[in-house]
Amino acid sequence: MSPNIRIALRFLTAKRRSMFMSLAGIVFGVGFFIVTQAQTSGFEEFFIKTILGTNGAIRIEDGLQDTLRSMSSDGSRFDFEHRDNVKYVEGIAEPAKLIQAVAQFENVTGIAEVVTGAVLVRGSLRSDSARVYGIQIDDMLKVSDLSKQIVFGHLNDFRINPTGLLVGRVLANRLGINVGDPIMLEASGQMRHYRVSAIFETGVSDIDRQRMYMHMQECRSLLQKPDGASFLQVSIANRDRAPADAAHMQETLQHSVNPWQEREKTWLEVFRALRVSSALTVSTIILISGLGMFNTLAMIVMEKTKEISILRSMGYTRQDIAHIFLWQGAIVLAGGVIFGWIFGAAVTYGVSRLPIRIRGIFSTDSFVVAWSIWHYLAAALTAGVVVMLASFIPARRAARLEPGDVIRGTSQ
Amino acid sequence: MSQSSVSLDLALSCSGVHRYLGTGDGRVHVLRGVGFDAERGKVYAIVGPSGCGKSTLLYLLGLLDRANDGEVWINGQPMSQTDDLSRTAIRCEHIGFVFQFHFLLPEFTALENVMMPMRKLGRLSPEHMEARAQQLLVDVGLGDKSMRLATQLSGGEQQRVAVARALANAPSIVLADEPTGNLDQRNSAQVFDLLCKLARENGQAVVLVTHNSEIAQRCDFVRPMRDGLFI
Repeated sequence: MSPNIRIALRFLTAKRRSMFMSLAGIVFGVGFFIVTQAQTSGFEEFFIKTILGTNGAIRIEDGLQDTLRSMSSDGSRFDFEHRDNVKYVEGIAEPAKLIQAVAQFENVTGIAEVVTGAVLVRGSLRSDSARVYGIQIDDMLKVSDLSKQIVFGHLNDFRINPTGLLVGRVLANRLGINVGDPIMLEASGQMRHYRVSAIFETGVSDIDRQRMYMHMQECRSLLQKPDGASFLQVSIANRDRAPADAAHMQETLQHSVNPWQEREKTWLEVFRALRVSSALTVSTIILISGLGMFNTLAMIVMEKTKEISILRSMGYTRQDIAHIFLWQGAIVLAGGVIFGWIFGAAVTYGVSRLPIRIRGIFSTDSFVVAWSIWHYLAAALTAGVVVMLASFIPARRAARLEPGDVIRGTSQ
Repeated sequence: MSQSSVSLDLALSCSGVHRYLGTGDGRVHVLRGVGFDAERGKVYAIVGPSGCGKSTLLYLLGLLDRANDGEVWINGQPMSQTDDLSRTAIRCEHIGFVFQFHFLLPEFTALENVMMPMRKLGRLSPEHMEARAQQLLVDVGLGDKSMRLATQLSGGEQQRVAVARALANAPSIVLADEPTGNLDQRNSAQVFDLLCKLARENGQAVVLVTHNSEIAQRCDFVRPMRDGLFI
């Protein structure tokens, strides 16, 4: 062990109570930093999973057509063409060809063709408006978590029943219908009978209130859309690459392509703001501990001027003296971070067992936490910056002490 | 005095040293061109009334302070142009200090206090450091109290530990500022005898500042000072 660390360790014992308070502050600061990050990231991650499991990573919708507009400058003899805007053509005219093209992108793991339209639902008790989604069930299962979202009934019932429906839970509750109940859908001037095969819940209330899935052929017939598709839902292997893939697809396929990050920008911003805000709030605990640490070290410097001077007289350099005080900060920091990590992990685990019912943007019955090494590193880094800054000033002051002045003052 | 004229026997030397303390109206000309030589194996006493500049000179000789003018030689090497790092290294290797107050580190045992300069110098292995520190404590009569904290020793014992610590790196120069000023007569005599005995045995130059005329008379040389000059 270096002499500087040895001296730092012993000096720490001189202010045991103050150091313990600083240590406790860092433990709590680091711990709560981890807990809040685990919660906000956990809910954000859960929201993203819900969104990806419901609407997919990428949605390919309307076709794009370039429009060319001629412009001429006033009084000039020069004319030029200006690529001004694009025109959107609703829906996908040739889904089979587009699916073939999309399948060529390496990140793509699944593609589902969807036809959608508005309907009026007549249940046994009341009527309501809704939106039907015509799907090929096996394709849809590749791009969503629909199988995991079934809360009543069975997916197989839907698979074998051409007039079966999958109904969102909120919509089913509003209509007062259960699995096996008959319902009537009205669209395009025609009215048809269907039967509820299963009820699903995504947790996203807007979707659960409006959405119904039915077989593609039946949907085309009901909506009188014999060809084309409303959109393609695409799943990808690396979700973070969605914006780049989407831009590439849009450029190549000449269709409007929206990645999930773009579609859910508002909610993602809310989660980001929450995460940053909670990190800043909890960092104040670490900051206050840092101030405590600064006070304690400054007091040690004042009380130890004689010891510092005698160390200088026996050959310890200014740098050694500075290191002795920086080591004190580093030792408290290391203890605070390690115990803070343990405390943070324990509280995070405890919080994850707490029951809480959330519906609206996702569906959960307990706190959702994310376990990430980055939360622990960020907490350690924050504490490290604060504590080392708090140690640096007293350390510099100690290093600047002139031993001759101190000893002369003591001797008089 | 030029560097070439410094005798090889001289462990410590200074010439034409001026030192001012304070600023503005309070500025005092404490040392007024002092010259001083100390040979190895000899004990020197600097005596004089309070405020005559004895301690100031001692701190200059020990490189704890810088002169406004003049030169200090340590083992023939001029010190006036050296930087803080070099002066610190020279203090570590060549100079041992004993102060009026022992200035032991209270969180450490007597043994650890004596090992402190050796750990900084890093010349010996930890086992050898411990053995040497233990031997030095035996030499000062505290072999059986080496594991006691500094706070668990009497004033005389603490000062003897300070003597052992000053000798830890076998420095060529030992500087003592009123080493017995805080001790009773019996302890004063004990500490002084110890310092002289060990220094003579090891060929070290000992310079001590004292008000105690009895102790001064027992030194090899007595240099009286007044108003910043030797008389």
